[in-house]
Amino acid sequence: MNALLLDRIHFGFTVTFHYLFPQLTMGLALLMVVMKLIALRTGDERWNQTARFWAKIFAINFLLGVVTGIPMEFQFGTNWSEFSRITGGVIGQPLAMEGVFAFFLESTFLGLFLFGEKRLSRLAHFGAAFMVWLGSWISGFFIIVTNAWMQHPVGQQLLPNGTYQVGSFWTFMLNPWAWLEYTHNMCGAVVTGAFVVAATGAFYVLEKKHEDFGKLFLKIGVISGLIACIVQIFPTGDMAGRFVAQNQPAAIAGMEGLFHSQAGAPIVLIGQPDDQKELIENPLAVNDVLSFLIYGTTRAQVKGLDAFPRNDWPTALPLLYYSYHIMAGLGTWFVLLMVVAAFLLWRGRLFRASWALWAILLSFPLPYIANTAGWMTAEIGRQPWLVYGLIRTAQGYSPHVSAGSALFTLLGFLGMYSLLSILWIVLVYRFISTGPEPTQTPLEAQAPTAG
Amino acid sequence: MGFIWFWIVAVMIAAYVVLDGFDLGVGILFPVLACSEIERRTMIRSIGPVWDGNEVWLLAGGGTLFFAFPLLYASSFSGFYLPLMIVLWLLIGRGASIELRMHIDHEVWRSLYDGVFFVSSALLAIFFGAALANVIRGVPLAADETFFLPLWTNWRVGPNPGILDWYTVIGGVVALVALATHGALWLTLKAPGKLEDCARRAATWMWVALLVVTCISLPATVAVRPSLLNNYRAYPALFLVPALVIASLVGILSFTRQRKPLAAFLSSCLYLVFMLVGAAAGLYPILLPSSTDPARDITVANALTGPHSLYVGLIWWSFGLVLALIYFAVSYRLFRGKVSPEGSYGH
Ligand code: HDD
Ligand code: HEM
Ligand code: HEM
Repeated sequence: MNALLLDRIHFGFTVTFHYLFPQLTMGLALLMVVMKLIALRTGDERWNQTARFWAKIFAINFLLGVVTGIPMEFQFGTNWSEFSRITGGVIGQPLAMEGVFAFFLESTFLGLFLFGEKRLSRLAHFGAAFMVWLGSWISGFFIIVTNAWMQHPVGQQLLPNGTYQVGSFWTFMLNPWAWLEYTHNMCGAVVTGAFVVAATGAFYVLEKKHEDFGKLFLKIGVISGLIACIVQIFPTGDMAGRFVAQNQPAAIAGMEGLFHSQAGAPIVLIGQPDDQKELIENPLAVNDVLSFLIYGTTRAQVKGLDAFPRNDWPTALPLLYYSYHIMAGLGTWFVLLMVVAAFLLWRGRLFRASWALWAILLSFPLPYIANTAGWMTAEIGRQPWLVYGLIRTAQGYSPHVSAGSALFTLLGFLGMYSLLSILWIVLVYRFISTGPEPTQTPLEAQAPTAG
Repeated sequence: MGFIWFWIVAVMIAAYVVLDGFDLGVGILFPVLACSEIERRTMIRSIGPVWDGNEVWLLAGGGTLFFAFPLLYASSFSGFYLPLMIVLWLLIGRGASIELRMHIDHEVWRSLYDGVFFVSSALLAIFFGAALANVIRGVPLAADETFFLPLWTNWRVGPNPGILDWYTVIGGVVALVALATHGALWLTLKAPGKLEDCARRAATWMWVALLVVTCISLPATVAVRPSLLNNYRAYPALFLVPALVIASLVGILSFTRQRKPLAAFLSSCLYLVFMLVGAAAGLYPILLPSSTDPARDITVANALTGPHSLYVGLIWWSFGLVLALIYFAVSYRLFRGKVSPEGSYGH
């Protein structure tokens, strides 16, 4: 394997693993604010216990987000040095801002939130939860501004030495792609958070242990999940699709598996793309729908892959197609599940409907898959560009890092992250099997106390 | 602009060394100082709520370096590929061991994490010291401002050195000793009772070692890169910096003797800051010297990004720094005072 391919796998693997953790922490952070708010308004101590329980799960995921995030920040320099040299003046900006504005905020207030409940007033402790949420969502924003610039570069300016700087700060920050990507992505994080909370609740209710808490978890998980799942598809997913169609036409053709340009383009629901013969095998397709979704009329002409030279096609075409279909397919399932669950909850039947509880329980890994598939769609669809229209991926990697070194560190990360995964599973399993009842000393006992 | 951003990056790196330095120091002393489980807990607890925030200075500093001097970031990070990846793995190990130790209350588990915590902290200190020494010594930059360094060659400082040679090893040892001292002084400030006494005794001993390695490293540095003295000759006022290094060394010992732990700890902070400032002041305006040809040095001028980026950056950076300082003040105030040894270690 050549160094370029290894660098791509290196980055793709480490960032995919990293994002398993922030998607939960960003979603949970919002739900914890809601829990603390309910506790503050109603004075019901059970909501405080609920928040305390989720704070432990949050903390362990946060830790893994931190230790896997640090390699991300440095990989731009190590494995993508040409990219960093050329675009550092632009993308370095949001990355540095993320450190200064988000990470300081998040790490400080997480310390206060986890270790300071006894020393802070109830309101101040709620404030700490709020700041943790704010920090994690600001962090998500800056990373997405970075990514959005790579998808749709705006506001940059070419310098005489062939590198880029920020030409207009506000154009860069107000990149329409960034705001769209941000709403869709953060909503996806809430979906993950809501499903994990609801699935834990379903587990407790089915197990008939900690049932009181299980019901609270289900309530908050299902309600927030319903809202997030709907917003995920409409308007944000729908708009994302249209935006890609306007700005990266080859990417949308690859996502939809549309090999030939046509009016009244069909949407392929199921089918296997063959990028050599340029057709979809065993297609199950509905005519005109794709034209309608993109342009709002059923007769509109949609560009297929044949409209582009083959070296402008996304490189891993079948992977792109499947990622997109997995995301959209799961999105549909989420809405169905949450509508049914919310209906049962409203009629007061959810806690007895064990089939629905099982469905919720078994669905908890699916948002992780959908979020990962969504990112694969965005990132593979952008190929062969590293910065769309400006820099090809093959121009960006580190020319002096040998394939052997890249392979060595890739294997190192694989090993390291396997160990981390095992630890993560053990710890989360322990927290969930211990449950939220205050049988043991709260985390706070670990905090230093003034003397 | 170049001057301002050079010092912004230098200050952020110095802040990282001072703050995360005591976390690493606690890790280095971990197997030496703590005799009982209670003492080990106390040591970890003294850094528990703050280590992550301290580490953010590395990220924020790295990000700022990336954005202000993209060429330096690209060239040095890919050139130091392997050691940097090892640093990343050590950071993962260090972070994981601190947090996971608290959660699994079982002897075998704990000793595993204790081992990882010690080894990763000690190696990180050595790597950081060696990295700084590499920058001072210079690397074989090619015409396109890239380089590749083998991990070691013949341990000699020549035009084509390895990452480890006699000079960079000294750098690593200085960092190890300095951060261990720093950690011991932090513990005299935070730890109660017997542990405090142990830490004070350790600090006194480490101080002797620190004096020795500092006295070796200063002339060694001048021998390896004589041009460092150019700036000092041009602005003799700069000689104040090495004088302050010595003064803070004296401060560490005398305040420890007088049982003024806060003043001793602050002297150690100043020691680290002035060591770094001394090196930076000698290097400026060079960011990464070439060991083969001074014309290929990466300098502030050729690495700096465009003026508009820098101008905008200055605005948000000043604003962000004020916020960060407020957060730190809040957090250190809330967790001030000694760590209590009692209290069970819950889950
Ligand atoms: C819970 C997760 C989840 C679900 C159910 C969906 N998405 Fe999504 N999607 C994401 C999570 C996600 C994501 C991980 O958040 C991405 C990756 C990059 C981004 O901004 O959001 C994404 C990207 C993404 C993109 C690519 C944007 C680009 O190329 O930059 C499109 C076109 C869509 N989505 C469209 C949809 C549609 C039409 C959906 C519903 C049927 C849908 N998504 C459901
Ligand atoms: C969690 C979210 C993300 C996932 C799952 C993800 C996934 C991937 C994958 C699979 C690749 C390899 C693509 C290929 O080689 O075909 C890749 C490449 C890359 N991504 Fe992402 N990505 C994510 C977020 C980001 C963000 C936020 C940025 C920028 C700040 C980014 C920057 C890059 C870069 C620089 C490459 C390497 C060049 C390339 O292959 O295009 N990624 N990513
Ligand atoms: C190239 C891509 C990425 C880089 C360079 C990166 C960098 C980092 C770093 C350095 C940290 C540790 C911060 C600390 O010490 O507190 C971190 C954590 C975090 N990252 Fe990433 N990250 C990337 C992708 C993403 C993506 C795609 C998201 C989500 C949109 C994200 C959201 C977060 C959040 C919320 C945290 C806080 C820790 C947590 O809650 O788990 N990151 N990231």
